[in-house]
Parts: sequence; structure tokens; C-alpha cells
Amino acid sequence: MKIGIAYDVVRDEERQIVEAIRKRGHELVPFYVPSMVVKVNDSSQEKLDRLDFAFERCVSFYRALSSAALLEGKGIEVVNGYEVIRDCGDKLVTTIRLSSRGVPVPKTFVAFSRQKVIEAARELGYPVVVKPIFGSWGRMMARALSEDDLLDIVDFRESMPSPYFRVHYLQEFVNKPGRDIRSFYVWGEVPVAIYRYSTRWKTNTALGGKAEPAELSEELLDLTIKAAEAIGGGILGVDLLESSDGRVYVSEVNAVIEFRNTVRVSGIDLAGIMVDKTIEQIRR
Amino acid sequence: MEASGMRSLNCPVCDGKVDVPEDALEGELFECGSCGAQLEYYLEGERPKLKMAEEVAEDWGE
Repeated sequence: MKIGIAYDVVRDEERQIVEAIRKRGHELVPFYVPSMVVKVNDSSQEKLDRLDFAFERCVSFYRALSSAALLEGKGIEVVNGYEVIRDCGDKLVTTIRLSSRGVPVPKTFVAFSRQKVIEAARELGYPVVVKPIFGSWGRMMARALSEDDLLDIVDFRESMPSPYFRVHYLQEFVNKPGRDIRSFYVWGEVPVAIYRYSTRWKTNTALGGKAEPAELSEELLDLTIKAAEAIGGGILGVDLLESSDGRVYVSEVNAVIEFRNTVRVSGIDLAGIMVDKTIEQIRR
Repeated sequence: MEASGMRSLNCPVCDGKVDVPEDALEGELFECGSCGAQLEYYLEGERPKLKMAEEVAEDWGE
């Protein structure tokens, strides 16, 4: 097969995917997005022709979104595609997609002004978590333990130049047992999951959260699949929060997955699985 | 990636020599052994070169 990979930085994950493609004897067509010029209404760009599919691997959200749209515009199947990247990139939309399909999500309120944020938080009850609707690696997420905290956070947010910080996404704080779960979905299956332990309330491995292998119950495997199907992508990272009341919530779904720590602690060749399962899917 | 021949490129910071595999992908990162700079491999036309690696931006990550 002729397999493309759109990327901007070669991380461990991209190395592993490239190696998996080459090891299986497929032709690799790398698209280094920062060097790309895509002629939108010109069909003569041969490199884009006859690809069986392409992996979207840009670490930059906007490059991932744009390059996926451009490749799809040329008739190439992209994993994951534009709509999936868009819906996962916007936490507000992710929450709507999950909730409307009956996937349990933490109680979430969205408000658009300082006064309404305060009213919403009083109804939600403290602590509350305030998240940027676009954001990654836990950046700019804040926990307010009180109304004073929340007012400080909102003041910071409202002075940010990006207008999306004036969309205030508030969520109940889920009291986790010092960890959350990253569960990986690949075309209908859940090949691997990890716990991410941290003494902080944010458990992102990008912030120093420690990865350990996780064996998921049937219930959590089903929840992963249900969440992924609500979003619609082929390869997704689903974040699960175990609450002290015994409920499990889906907090986020990620469309360009990072998995180096998962591979390190589990020994699972996730890149190989991604390549094999996507080829199976494309051949159907 | 499979090991293959190496080529020597100049560090844009200290002008030291940095070995880069011939099958490197554009965007691969290398560290200069002399000055420690994080460098990114790219092609200027057909010419392989190194530049300072891009800094992490607000929209990076999952």
C-alpha cells in the first residue's frame, strides 16, 4: 500500500509509525506539513495521487486540522479526518457529542460573562474546573476551590487576547483516586490502556504524570468504545475519570494520540496495531 | 528507522558538525554535540540543512 503521514515534528510516535509502515513493506509518503504547498484547485500534484490513506500526525492542532482538510479535499482518506480532529479539539463540542450519545461526562456548564460564570459555579458547586475550549497537555486548566479563586481565574481569562477564553467551560471537579485512565481505541477495539498517576489533580503525562499498565473491566472497555463511536474516528485516545462515588466519566477524547509512555510501560506495539488495523479497514 | 549512512551538517548556532542519517525525515530533531542546540532537519530545495527547532506553541499537543 501507499501510505501517507502528515506531520510537523518527528516525535517517538511518528518514528514508530514510520518504522511500522516500512517494516511491513508498504510505501511511505511523508508530508512534512511546514514545507507543504497544496494547490487547492489544481489536480496535478502527483505526490497526493494514488495514496491509499494517510495518517494525520501534526502536533499543532491547526496544522493537523488544515492538513487533514487539504488531504481530504484531494480525495485522500485521512486517519483521523478533519471533522474528528475538529470535534476532539474543541472540548465543548466533544462534551456535546459524548453527552448526546449517552456517554457519562462530568456535569458541565458553559457561560459567556463574568457574572454568569459565578452564577453557574454556585449551581455547580465548588470545586469547579475551568478549561479552555481549545487546549492541550493540561495547559490553562484551573481548579477553583472557592468563588474568590474563580473570580481570579475569570479575570485572567478575560484579559487573554484569544477570544475563546471568553467562552467559560466549567466542569464539576471529579475526585479521582490519584490517577486517571487513558484508553486507546483502534477501529472498534481497545488494544491497550494505562493509568496516569499524579499527586497533582492534573494527571497528564506531559505534566509529569506517571504511566502504568491498566487492565480494564468489560464495562470500561465498552465505555471507551461507546465514547469513540460518539466521536466517530478510527484511532482515538479516550480519557476516563474514576469518581469516588464509583461512577466513571469520559473527560476528553484525543484525535492525534500520543503513546510513547504507553508503549514503554505496556510493551504493546501500538503503532503496528494502528497500521495493521487501518489497512484492514481501508481494504474492506 | 533503519540505520544507514550518515552525513555531516553544520549547526546553525555554533557551526559545529552534526551527524544526520541519510534517511532522516524532514522535521526530525537532533542535538548539536558541541553547543547542545535543539536542531530540526529540513530541505532547502534539495539541500539538506539544520535550523533551530521550533518552540512549543499554544496549539501543540493532545
